Amino acid sequence: MANADTTVRGPARRWVLPERFRGVGQTYGALIALLLLVLFNLLFTKNFLTEQTLYVNLTQVATVVIVATGMTLVIATGGIDLSVGSLMAIAGALAPIIFLSHIPPLENPLVGNTLAFIIPVLVAGVFGLFNGTLVTRFQIQPIIATLVLFIAGRGIAQVVTNGNLQPFTNPGFQYIGLGRPLGVPLQVVLMLVIVALFAWIMRVTIFGRYVLAVGGNESAARLAGVPVNFVKLAVYGISGLLSGIAGLIVIARNASSDANLVGLDMELDAIAAVAVGGTPLTGGRATVVGTLLGALIIQLIRYTLLVHGVPDAAARLVKAAIILLAVYIQRQRRS
Amino acid sequence: MEQAEPLLRMESITKTFPGAVALQDASLTVARGEVHALVGQNGAGKSTLIKILTGAHHRDGGTIIFDGRQVDFHSPQQAQANGVSTIYQEVNLVPFRSVSENIFMGREPRRFGLIDRRRMNDDAKALLARFNIHVDVTQPLLTFNVATQQMVAVARAVSFQSKLVVMDEPTSSLDEREVATLFDVIRQLKSEGVSVIFVSHRLDELYAVCDRVTIMRDGRTVESRPMSEITKLELVARMLGKELGEVRRSGATGFGEGVHHAEDQLLDAEGLQRDRVLQGASLSVRAGEIVGLAGLLGSGRTETARAVFGADPIQQGEVRVDGKAVRFKSPRDAIRAGLGFCTEDRKTEGIIPHMSVRENLTLALLPTLTRYGIVQRDKQQAIVDRFIERLGIKTSGPDQKIRELSGGNQQKVLLARWLCMNPRLLILDEPTRGIDVGAKGEIQALINELADGGLGVLMISSEIEELTEGSDRIVVLREGKTVAELSHEQVTQSAIMGAMAHGQEDAVPAASAAVAAKEGQAGG
Repeated sequence: MANADTTVRGPARRWVLPERFRGVGQTYGALIALLLLVLFNLLFTKNFLTEQTLYVNLTQVATVVIVATGMTLVIATGGIDLSVGSLMAIAGALAPIIFLSHIPPLENPLVGNTLAFIIPVLVAGVFGLFNGTLVTRFQIQPIIATLVLFIAGRGIAQVVTNGNLQPFTNPGFQYIGLGRPLGVPLQVVLMLVIVALFAWIMRVTIFGRYVLAVGGNESAARLAGVPVNFVKLAVYGISGLLSGIAGLIVIARNASSDANLVGLDMELDAIAAVAVGGTPLTGGRATVVGTLLGALIIQLIRYTLLVHGVPDAAARLVKAAIILLAVYIQRQRRS
Repeated sequence: MEQAEPLLRMESITKTFPGAVALQDASLTVARGEVHALVGQNGAGKSTLIKILTGAHHRDGGTIIFDGRQVDFHSPQQAQANGVSTIYQEVNLVPFRSVSENIFMGREPRRFGLIDRRRMNDDAKALLARFNIHVDVTQPLLTFNVATQQMVAVARAVSFQSKLVVMDEPTSSLDEREVATLFDVIRQLKSEGVSVIFVSHRLDELYAVCDRVTIMRDGRTVESRPMSEITKLELVARMLGKELGEVRRSGATGFGEGVHHAEDQLLDAEGLQRDRVLQGASLSVRAGEIVGLAGLLGSGRTETARAVFGADPIQQGEVRVDGKAVRFKSPRDAIRAGLGFCTEDRKTEGIIPHMSVRENLTLALLPTLTRYGIVQRDKQQAIVDRFIERLGIKTSGPDQKIRELSGGNQQKVLLARWLCMNPRLLILDEPTRGIDVGAKGEIQALINELADGGLGVLMISSEIEELTEGSDRIVVLREGKTVAELSHEQVTQSAIMGAMAHGQEDAVPAASAAVAAKEGQAGG
């Protein structure tokens, strides 16, 4: 029985990066895309090459990058965190309560502001650990486990603030969103520090290896003595902490906290940044720098479309198409 | 009876998967109203043959004649419509729908274009009553135990007016009473003239319910006989491809000859129990000795290893290391106590595919290679270089991804993962499965050398040569229980096979006679 369709096609030859540049290779596509976008804007956008344009874009992207960094770690373990936006809202709701409070020690601006930074972030971190507990101890799928706080978290924030907008003027606290040491917006500095820190952690520490091992093959990792549950708890905790920080930046910038709006849609922006940056959602591989690039690409697309007067509805379509394209290109490269 | 046209005749079936021949000249003939056992070791081709029959795979060659017609099913649905139903190990119904909905899914009785629920429920009830099952058919399936769910699957299959029901390891998740119920159902089917193909690794079950057996090995049908004419021992020997009474033969493996000088007791496991898979497994390993763990598929070898290593919890029994009772809560604890576990399935439980050879090799050792949580690259590199050289791992470099390596080299990396820990006891689950002959010999020689150096080894293997030549002692498991322990002098292939089949190596003649007697009675 001769089968007509027996021509065996060998794997198509691909241009392969040298071994030591493989890691870079993963982020290569994103980098090229970003450079093309910059090039386009240099040619066609007025006043693109100004400090103001740079900082407008960077400040707008800072919170996404910070959240997406945590998301990268979670996704690297094979999970996902939908609760980030809600955790931002919780942190954003707590901070004004602390620094506007009239309890004696908190009335001191130094004490009040310090605690307004620390407590909300820690609370968001604890909620992150709650996510991690659902995923590890109760074996709930990450997408469902974090859906719990995605829904309930914003509710908690609304309850805490009675659903009211909390306006405030507090230069000490707002420094996190408005401060410009050496002319650079503090949130941009924060973003770069966080990216650098986690890129470093993923590269050189045992924790980074464990994150990738858990995402790469969980049962093999467990049998090799990797503390799988601890690693998972940790990544969700980190994602919570970083969401908390992002929440504070948002309210400081707005000079108000609105539990209904802080961090809205953030989970989608963060996941998009991770995906466009070259981290596969299946886990086992991760690039924090890629995530930064992914977020920058999305931001720059949004900016470009905006300054060229593309209507918002059309802009969304273009954005989606470009995300699809970016992820498609990465799929091609991986296989 | 014999002259009647058989219900199913599969002849000279061949099937090739990329890189491997799965079936070569396999045949299967099932008479009407016959319960037919299909047996064979892992990879013998049973599943492939069944999948070809049910249309899940397409054959490359051969003919299938079913119910007098030549057939070529293109999908399990088509096979079902033509009278061939399959019941899988895992119940594949919809857990949230009711029992009756599951039975009639896709062909619900209708009235005025709507589902006629009353009729559907009545029909379902009547159908199940045939098998002496009385449940509330309006309740969702998931509210019932696995056995009942299994019965629902059977009822669904029968309701298609099936002429042939294929059961692929239907009993693996059932307890004894549930198995008995399933057997009643099978007998009921038989009395109604329906044929059953029954795949199971539990020999007792085959003898309890089957009329005839077809044995497969390496993609071929090696034998087809009435169940009453073959003893368990013969059955096992055919499955493994060994002649009865074949004597111990040396030199076929890389193990070499001689006994190891065994030292102090290292590991004791006694009466391990977990659910139905472990029912009193016991073994011991001394430093510097290789203990073989033998048993048929499903006898609980891997489960025993996992229990010892803390990968699965045990409900009863005790594990002692150096005479002290231990209770490992996770593999991490076992690793700290000096144990290592090289798993059977490299892909799902061994390699981290996207990580490099370097990271895969040092994964278990990593905690000792770090300072302040930072991996010390120079130390790591030194270890990796040493083991790549020592084990002769063929790789383009430590940065190469492990999934790009050949099976043998992946296995060497995984061995190195444990050897670099300097363990005291290494559990090797099928250490040479699926790797080429050269690498196989090398790995066997390495295991031998390690035992000479004082390492205690617990080796699980389905290859009789590997066990007889490699082991200083052999522990035989059967249905989750240690049934025999053979010292070096007692180790022969037939002794192992006897224990695998019957439980005790000395009970062979008696048991065969009993089987013959029983079958003689059943065959009438």
